[in-house]
Order: sequence, then structure tokens, then C-alpha cells
Amino acid sequence: MNWGSPAEFFAMGGYALYVWGSFGVCAVALVMEPILVSKRQSGVLKSLRRAKLADELDEENK
Amino acid sequence: MRPWHKRAAIIGGGLAAVGIAAALVLNALNSNIALYVTPSEVAAGKAPHGQAFRIGGLVKDGSLKRDNLTVHFVVTDTVKEIPVAYTGILPDLFKEGRGAVVQGKLDADGRFIASEVLAKHDENYMPPEAKRAVEQAQNGAKAKP
Amino acid sequence: MNENKLVHWFKYASPQSFYPLAGKMIPWFWALTAVFGIAGLWISFFVAPTDAQQGEGYRIIFIHVPTSWMSMFIYIVLACWAGLGLALNTRLSGMMAQALAPTGALMAFLSLWTGAFWGKPMWGTWWVWDARLTSELILLFLYLGFIALQAAIDDPRRADKAGAILALVGVVNVPIIYFSVKWWNTLHQGSSVSMTKSPSMATTMLWGMLLMALCFWMYSIAVALMRVRAIILEREAHTEWVKLLDEVKS
Repeated sequence: MNWGSPAEFFAMGGYALYVWGSFGVCAVALVMEPILVSKRQSGVLKSLRRAKLADELDEENK
Repeated sequence: MRPWHKRAAIIGGGLAAVGIAAALVLNALNSNIALYVTPSEVAAGKAPHGQAFRIGGLVKDGSLKRDNLTVHFVVTDTVKEIPVAYTGILPDLFKEGRGAVVQGKLDADGRFIASEVLAKHDENYMPPEAKRAVEQAQNGAKAKP
Repeated sequence: MNENKLVHWFKYASPQSFYPLAGKMIPWFWALTAVFGIAGLWISFFVAPTDAQQGEGYRIIFIHVPTSWMSMFIYIVLACWAGLGLALNTRLSGMMAQALAPTGALMAFLSLWTGAFWGKPMWGTWWVWDARLTSELILLFLYLGFIALQAAIDDPRRADKAGAILALVGVVNVPIIYFSVKWWNTLHQGSSVSMTKSPSMATTMLWGMLLMALCFWMYSIAVALMRVRAIILEREAHTEWVKLLDEVKS
């Protein structure tokens, strides 16, 4: 074990701003990216379903 | 020529052109791409004239002196030395015997007046115990006749 | 006999076959990301000791090096896919390059960000125009340029070709980034790990770094596969097989 207490862990020997500023931004980025890609995927599927519906309605109305 | 031969030739030619361009650009940049010059290069008159530039080297052991808000030290590459004067806060990792990169201008006496001092650290990562062991081993090796 | 084997593999070169294959692979890569990430973070914070020179601040290495390595590796993979698409005129290769670019750009940005947060306490500056930092910044610009170029061109096939040319021209930057600390005077220190000499890192520190590098690699593959599926659907929207997909039918 490296840390005597949670306080020591968060303090990172005085480098807290730099260590957590780095890990924090990475964590946010690595969570946001897959969420955004997932949104992109559901957006495409939504528009594909709408297009399919439009095609079907066109067929019906012929 | 068959169609894909032609395409391969175009791509090959394109890559060759890119390679040549890159070589030319690198060559042009070569003079500017070094972040700093060494004390030997300064001594040989190779430092840029009339503009601020950087010198990189080791901080000579025992050369660090404080004079009010100004620090004086010597940057060395073990061959030539340049005295440096700097007014400001030194980085945490700045230490005698360690690397430093100073930015500034040479004055008329050949002393370097620095506007910025950066610490340069090496690529070694080890816990304090390991470092002590390494230093002891090195001192032991030095002591042996 | 041999002909059948070749055909068997090349079938995955079509977007239609690759789409479900990618879908099956993604959860495995997320699982690997989690395993390597948990192991890596555990070692990074609770096993690797403090550093004699940099104290606890050195722990940024556990994400700075992985993101830097990934930014360079993804670029090379992207350039290979783009080059393959240019040479063989295949659609999926171009789609793979398109899928990798944003993740590569993110890695380059994180490399620069974590580097700045590491440089400030250790060097005394957030930024310096030395060869390594500058060439990594150029790498970020290349990624952004690739994305912008493709977005600006309407026809996907022409966008693929233009992007491929940009990507291939930029490949020369990657060895420049890698060798910069060897070829020129830089503030950035030399390599702690290399193929030719033994590592200059304590073993536990090295392991933490390598596990985190694997974590970022698995992550990049997972996200790129997710993105390529979206791209496949976008670019193949007019095809029958897309219209017949389960996700679209329901």
C-alpha cells in the first residue's frame, strides 16, 4: 500500500491538481466518447426506420 | 499498362514525392528544430546573435548562489561552461547536478541573463530506495582505485 | 480448395458482413478494456511506489504514455486502412479510417493535455516548442484536418481518396515524433522503454504503464468498431441488406 489515508491519496504528494487534472479529463473523455458514438448509432437507426416507414407508406398509397 | 499497374505507379510516385518533400522540410527545419544549444556551441560562437535563445546542459555542482532575488549558477556540458543569472522562481526540480534549459541573452561580459529557467529531467523512474542504492554503488565505484 | 479459403476471409471485406462481426466483437473489447484498466489503475496507484525525482507527480505517466502511444499507433493504422482503400478501391477500408480518426484525435489531445499538466510542475512550463511537443501537436492537426477534409467532401468515395492522400502524407510525422528526442535537443526526455535497450523504469512502474497501454488499446478498438458500425449504416443506407436489418425492421 502506498497511502496512509484517503487524504494522502487525494493529495498526491502535493501534485493533486496535476495528477487529478490529468486523470479526470481522461476519465471524462473516455466516458463521453462511447456515449457520443452510441448516440450517433441510435440516430442513424432512427432515421433509417423513418425512411423505411416513408417507403412503406409510399407503397401503400400507390 | 494494365489499369492497376498505372494506379500503383501513381501511388508509388506520390509517396516518393511526399518522402522527398518531407526530407526537404526536415532539412530546412533542422537549424531551427533544436530547442537549445549547448555551452560548447555557445563558446564556439554558434549561438544566435541579437535574439533570445536557449542553452541546455547540467547545473554545475556547487555553482548555485543567491544574491537577494537573483540566482547565479553555471550551465555546463562537462566541456564548456556558461555563467547564468536569473531573477525569478526556479522550478521544483531545478537542482545542482541536474539538467536545465535556460532562455535569455548573452550580455557583453559573456554572462547569460536568463528570463526563463526550466528543469530537464532524465528518463529514469525508480523509488527512493533504488536511487540510493544506485548512488551508493556509483560512489563505491568511484572510491575504488 | 485454396480459392474457397480466400473467398471465405475476403467476405468480411464487405460492409454487410463486417457489420454483424464488429457487433459481436465489441463487448469482448470492452471486457478487455475493463480488465486491463482495473489491473492497470490498481498497480498505478496502489502498487507502483513513489518516484525518487518526481514524487507522486510521475503517476501521470500511466495515462500520458498510453495516450501518446495510441495517438501514434492509431494514425499508422488509419493510414494503412486509407492506403488500402486507395489501392484496392474498397469501401470498408475507407470506413475504418473514418472510424479511427476521432479516437486518434482524442488520444493526441489527451497526450498534449496530460503532458502539459505533467510539464508544469516538473519542467516549470505548460508548453514549449520543442520537437516532440510540436510534432505531436502537428499530429493532432493532421487528425483534425483529416476529419474536416472528409466532412467537406460530399461524395464519400472522393472523401475517402482525399483523406487517404492527407493521411499518407502525414505518416512521416509519426517517426519524427518518436525519434525527435534522439535526433534533436529537446526539453522532453528520451525514451524510458525501447526495443533496443533495457527499461529505465522500476518493474512495477513499467507494468502499470504497459497494462494501462493495453487498456487504452482495447478501448480504442471497441470505440472504433462502434463508430464504424454507425458509419456503415450511414453510408450503406440505400442498400437492401440495411433495410432488412433487425434493428431497422422493428
